[in-house]
Amino acid sequence: MTELSLDGRDGSELISFRIGEQEFCVDIMAVREIRGWTPATPVPHSPRFVRGVINLRGAVLPVVDLADRLGLGKAVETARHVIIVVQIGSKVVGLLVDAVCDILSTADHVVQKTPDLAGDQMQSFVKGLIALEGRMISLIDLGLVLDAQQAEAA
Amino acid sequence: MDPMDAIRTTFFIECDELLAQLEEGLMAMEQGSADAETINSVFRAVHSVKGGGGAFGLDPLVRFSHVFETLLDQIRSSQVEPTEAVVATLLRAADMLADHVAAARDGGVADEARSEQIAAAIMSHTIGGASAAEYQEQPAEIEGLDFKPQMISLDLPPAAPADDFDLSALLAGAAAAPEPSADGDADGEGDWIVNFAPHASLYAKANDSVLVIRELSGLGEATVTYNDEMLPTLDEMDPAGAYLSWTVRLPASVHEEDIREAFAFVDEDCDLEIVRDGAIEAAGPDIASLLAAVSDTPAAAEPASSVDLPASAPADIQPAPTPPPAPVAAQPETARVVSLMDLAPPVETLTQAAPSAAAPAASAAVAAGAPVPPPPQTIRVDLDRVDRLINLVGELVINQAMLAQRVMESGAGKATDVNLAITDLELLTRNIQDSVMAIRAQPVKSVFQRMPRLVREVGEATQKRVRLITEGEGTEVDKTVVEKLSDPITHMIRNAIDHGLETPAEREAAGKPAEGTVRLTAAHRSGRIVIEVSDDGRGVDRARVKAKAVEKGLISPEAQLTDEEIDNLIFAPGFSTAATVSDISGRGVGMDVVKRSVQALGGRITIVSTPGQGSRFSLSLPLTLAVLDGMVVTVGDQTLVAPLTTIIESLKPRAGDVRPLGPNNFVLKIRDAFVPLVDTGAALGFGKSKFDPTEGVALLVESDVAGQVALMVDHIQGQRQVVIKSLETNYRPTDGVAAATILGDGRVALILDIDGLVTAHRKAPPRAETLAMTG
Repeated sequence: MTELSLDGRDGSELISFRIGEQEFCVDIMAVREIRGWTPATPVPHSPRFVRGVINLRGAVLPVVDLADRLGLGKAVETARHVIIVVQIGSKVVGLLVDAVCDILSTADHVVQKTPDLAGDQMQSFVKGLIALEGRMISLIDLGLVLDAQQAEAA
Repeated sequence: MDPMDAIRTTFFIECDELLAQLEEGLMAMEQGSADAETINSVFRAVHSVKGGGGAFGLDPLVRFSHVFETLLDQIRSSQVEPTEAVVATLLRAADMLADHVAAARDGGVADEARSEQIAAAIMSHTIGGASAAEYQEQPAEIEGLDFKPQMISLDLPPAAPADDFDLSALLAGAAAAPEPSADGDADGEGDWIVNFAPHASLYAKANDSVLVIRELSGLGEATVTYNDEMLPTLDEMDPAGAYLSWTVRLPASVHEEDIREAFAFVDEDCDLEIVRDGAIEAAGPDIASLLAAVSDTPAAAEPASSVDLPASAPADIQPAPTPPPAPVAAQPETARVVSLMDLAPPVETLTQAAPSAAAPAASAAVAAGAPVPPPPQTIRVDLDRVDRLINLVGELVINQAMLAQRVMESGAGKATDVNLAITDLELLTRNIQDSVMAIRAQPVKSVFQRMPRLVREVGEATQKRVRLITEGEGTEVDKTVVEKLSDPITHMIRNAIDHGLETPAEREAAGKPAEGTVRLTAAHRSGRIVIEVSDDGRGVDRARVKAKAVEKGLISPEAQLTDEEIDNLIFAPGFSTAATVSDISGRGVGMDVVKRSVQALGGRITIVSTPGQGSRFSLSLPLTLAVLDGMVVTVGDQTLVAPLTTIIESLKPRAGDVRPLGPNNFVLKIRDAFVPLVDTGAALGFGKSKFDPTEGVALLVESDVAGQVALMVDHIQGQRQVVIKSLETNYRPTDGVAAATILGDGRVALILDIDGLVTAHRKAPPRAETLAMTG
């Protein structure tokens, strides 16, 4: 089991959220805000996991159904769902998740390398795992979410 | 950012303005108005470019502008007559100077051979002219940067001596300051020159200049000069006015923050300038201005492109002399001066400003009194800030609409207080939106100004004599549109000279003046800007155009075309009339590309031509690219917006008018023509199970790729102006969708891209071959 430091910055903070029964997290520095679910306007010819676009104070940004993206099946959105607005490169993207759980610090937890899982869609998006009080939290590689999105769309 | 980079950026921004001013002046001279003011402004422009160039060590630029300036100086002093030949040389020199500036900015090297050639041409007009060798050897530094206060007001209004930015005030102050007694500028950095001109409001707030000056003199050995230039005669004096200003010279060792600190309570109520004397002497006046600009306005130092904001209200510079005079009332003012002298013992006082300083100030005063209105004041603002403001206002408009909707839903009656207040709010929001959009509006002048050079070059290359007449260059249009105008106009003008105008010999044979005329005009017409390029040349050679179109397979040989249809063939893709592809027009871009790029902006381009008399291209564009007139429609459960400019008509198809064509396609009979019917929902992938054209509404649209097409939608909600939001900023371009917008309920609606939609439709369903489309 190898230790994986997060961009060499120990002590970075992560925001964790839930999709179905699984927990995930992203670097808190990438998170711009968290907002309630609002219906998105579908955009033609989009990949299935892009729910459409929403209005965030005048900016139009896409909402990615993270459950669908990770191969966990399309989310059935409820009023309790939230959109985590993240900055990926120059783009601002909304991630549709079930609920936000916690803020953790990598200083307190060891990020472990993802074990090999053959042919799983999830694998490419998870860059590490964190064990926390008997739970397992997967660290999402945001850059890949968007890269893959573009690759698939092309 | 590195402060030096910031200054450099400012220098180049200023260069652009100076070059524009230079060109304008030279054009005026070409038209025969070689008055002293014009020549001076031309000289100033070149001089300022040279000064800045010297400070940045831009040798070729400085060498060239020195030669240029020498000739201008002789014209200014009437040693050389600005004849037609001289002005023509000056114009070429201005083009070359622009090349030098561009080269310096981009880190390249201008065409040195051409530069030398033009420099030689300039020197041939110069009296006792510098030889070519001297041009070569001309040192690049400070020579020629001698201090001449009257030349350096840049483009600032001379009538505003107390403005923050004003150089003439600064320089006047600098010059007026007495020579430092002994110790002043011993070290590298020069003494501080503090120009302080209180407004009447300073005294109204119970502050007193003397307190400030006393504080300053506490910082170090101060030399105070007061300036009573503005002091009116006793009978014109407003008792509450402020007429005096002061220049304080402080030792270099004083910290700038300490000086600013002294003005902490009054800086809103005075014009204040703090500069180093040394900066002026060492780097030339232009750098001083740059430094002043940089230190005074952070915005000016930012590299991003900026817009000039015409400030409608003139800044509060000095109290206007109020007529009813109260002779006694002048007393306090005088008393204040006296008390100042008494209270500030270490301060030396000069009773008279030095004559050298008085001169520019006086001329400024004369200018203020003259009937010529001062140019409107402008500030430079980072474009990003304006865009942010526009976005916010867009949000405000949406929020206001949402609020109105909520209030309506809550059941409040139309005449209730709430609704009346909402109506007021709506009006206010609209006004704010209009004003904000007006900030971005810019005159098309910046584009028009580039054209004389183009005309000269194209004329030279084609051996044609061309005269360019421009009209309506003050016509304002959104900055984004201004930027997009340059290419189409360039093309149309090139075309007009290369294809439209005849050679001088041909023209004379046809009984026309040898010199051809190209007219470039801009005007507002029904909410759009119309740019026209017309020439008095031979007009479109229809026989040749038709033959060419047949040859290229664009039309069939038997086709009967009206004159207008033939003229419009030049916009057809792949069409180029010039028998030989010339350098000028044949740069691989034809009028078809121009047409397409214009249409992409929501514009139209048309041509009217009369054989033997010339052609006229009209370019019509929306005033802004940020807002679009749209038809809001419903497709399935989605709300979409179709650009109104593309819609010809909308109709409700009757059952008998819709005919199936092949397995998947339908055509719609409109009067006697059949147009393809596109199921908008299906083309966008919002497909419904069943497609019943008679239940919906057909929008007859004009598409580039397939001529007229009928788009089927479910309902029309109405027409609305929508704010265009890019889909690409955070997502990606999408076929069939041009952009997005935000509706009154805060939701996003997509704006249709008609051509993309039609293309997608043509690709998607397997379709019968038989449907030939016209267009």
